[in-house]
Amino acid sequence: MPGAIYAEGLVKTFGDVRALDGVDLDVPEGTVLGLLGPNGAGKTTAVRVLTTLLRPDRGKALVAGVDVLRHPNEVRRSIGLSGQFAAVDEYLTGRENLRMVGRLYQMGGREAKARASELLERFRLTDAADRVAKTYSGGMRRRLDLAAALVVSPPVMFMDEPTTGLDPRNRQALWEVIQELVAGGTTLLLTTQYLEEADHLAHDICVIDHGRVIARGTSDQLKARTGGERVEVVVHERADIPVAEEVLRGFGKGEISVRRHTREVTVPVVGGAKLLAEVIRELDARGVEIDDIGLRRPTLDDVFISLTGHGAEGDGAESDGAEEEVK
Amino acid sequence: MAAVNESTPGATPDMTPETTAGAGPEATAGSGPETRPGAGSGTADGRAGRVAVAPRARGGLLQSVRDSLVVAQRNLIRMARIPEVVVFGLVQPIMFVVLFSYVFGGAIMVPGQSSADADVYREFLMAGIFAQTVTFATAGAGAGIADDMHKGLIDRFRSLPMARGAVLTGRTLADLVQTALTLVVLAIVAVIVGWRIHDGVPKALAAFGLLLLLGYAFSWIGALIGLSVRTPEAATSGGLIWLFPLTFLSNAFVPSSKMPAFLGHIADWNPFSATVQASRELFGNPEGLVSDAWPMQHPVLASVLWSTLIILVFRTLSVRKYRSATA
Repeated sequence: MPGAIYAEGLVKTFGDVRALDGVDLDVPEGTVLGLLGPNGAGKTTAVRVLTTLLRPDRGKALVAGVDVLRHPNEVRRSIGLSGQFAAVDEYLTGRENLRMVGRLYQMGGREAKARASELLERFRLTDAADRVAKTYSGGMRRRLDLAAALVVSPPVMFMDEPTTGLDPRNRQALWEVIQELVAGGTTLLLTTQYLEEADHLAHDICVIDHGRVIARGTSDQLKARTGGERVEVVVHERADIPVAEEVLRGFGKGEISVRRHTREVTVPVVGGAKLLAEVIRELDARGVEIDDIGLRRPTLDDVFISLTGHGAEGDGAESDGAEEEVK
Repeated sequence: MAAVNESTPGATPDMTPETTAGAGPEATAGSGPETRPGAGSGTADGRAGRVAVAPRARGGLLQSVRDSLVVAQRNLIRMARIPEVVVFGLVQPIMFVVLFSYVFGGAIMVPGQSSADADVYREFLMAGIFAQTVTFATAGAGAGIADDMHKGLIDRFRSLPMARGAVLTGRTLADLVQTALTLVVLAIVAVIVGWRIHDGVPKALAAFGLLLLLGYAFSWIGALIGLSVRTPEAATSGGLIWLFPLTFLSNAFVPSSKMPAFLGHIADWNPFSATVQASRELFGNPEGLVSDAWPMQHPVLASVLWSTLIILVFRTLSVRKYRSATA
């Protein structure tokens, strides 16, 4: 049975740009899929297709079990969308915005009113409820936009870069709201450029670049694919580097890398924290003074760079060669 | 203005979003995801444990009317909060009334009169200015819709289960209200400078009705322009530039009998001229020498036909464009 969000072979071209080049997605109900990719990778296009805003050239999509292409209005009843820009009417108050959206979700007048008050409270906007949205801060507008997407507590939510442009405090607050939603059974597709965000929120991650899915899995699986743990030692004296190398070679499961100017010696390992303790004891026994030592796991940034050949915020122009080696 | 209230009797009860806290099972659509317990979310407000789809849309004309009114209300609230727009919309027509009647008034002889009489020209002119003023609704509608596209509001609307044409119909209805207000103020100014109606109030009201119908038709042209350009600024200028040749190549300011023959034909068949001529006739204002062209001989019917045709064509094109609109 397909998940709450299901897509098969989505293709969309704009002129000669293939924004989507055969994207498949399957998001089980009640889970979060993080759609990760650089600018122009096709994330927003995918969201627009799944939210009925854009017709794909080819492919099939189901949201909440309903065919997006054949019954778009049926799909719209079950989804909430929070796009890249806070789509609120600046000249309406927060309350008026939410009431309008409620009415347009076909709620009755009284119901829309009650729901608006409820959401304003939940998103800490009660004090500003009767001020026009123009006077809101960026974080408040974002919250209002998200509230608008939640007017019906939709079973499926789409958020396109929800925290772009938010300060860390507001981002944290938004994460909490998202986690609360998902705990309530909402299925969420989230696009982001922040790997930390995907790591934090998503059950599954799908990396796309040039309109194609280039990797998928849990955050741990993707990291494992990039390479497992490694021990990183920074010695105090440059002269100790050879000794440190020798020690690490004994514990390591791969090639040692050395950066002389930072006095850093790194080796891939298997065995985790217990191994780390042994390394420390051995270095100590050999009289090597260390400034720093740690067990490092790859970040999603590492994953991203190794998959696409460029960082998440890159423009993708330099990635053509790098993409091949991944396959 | 509330058209329909309360939750819909027609909808299955379990589709109504709950607005009260409670431990009841989540509402789900038949086609939606399975009902899922609150999954031990234990969130503070106890609200996260529910997902619900929007009530089923009633569909059809009733829903279109209701949704259009919701959107019209939104645009009227905006209008009330940005009164500058309405005020500036009045400046130009008032300026035209004053400039044309006092600067050109003594120099332009309305055919059928023995001499160039400023009072006669003023009466002749007024229907032309009224008609030109209502066509400026084009720019308002265009800029408003382009602005909504730009701000992402059109995306939000398009992701809601609302009637397809409602966003545009709501906008054009709000513009119609604005046009009516403008006409009232302008008529008062016209009376002050000496314009009078001569065939009674009912006919004068009929003339204003035709003028409003023309304005409404032109706001649909504006809607299409707004959906086609990228910025509100482009929509404003794109909505205005062609109005000048259109309104000047007509019988609005100068009788068409005084133009070179081929321009005279254009003026006689100009959709805009029919409404001007019809208004003159209904106001009992001087008409000059009216040509034998069919629209000039049957101006009321011609005006209604032209406006209806414009509405049909441009509404169809605009709604089609809206469905695939991309910001």
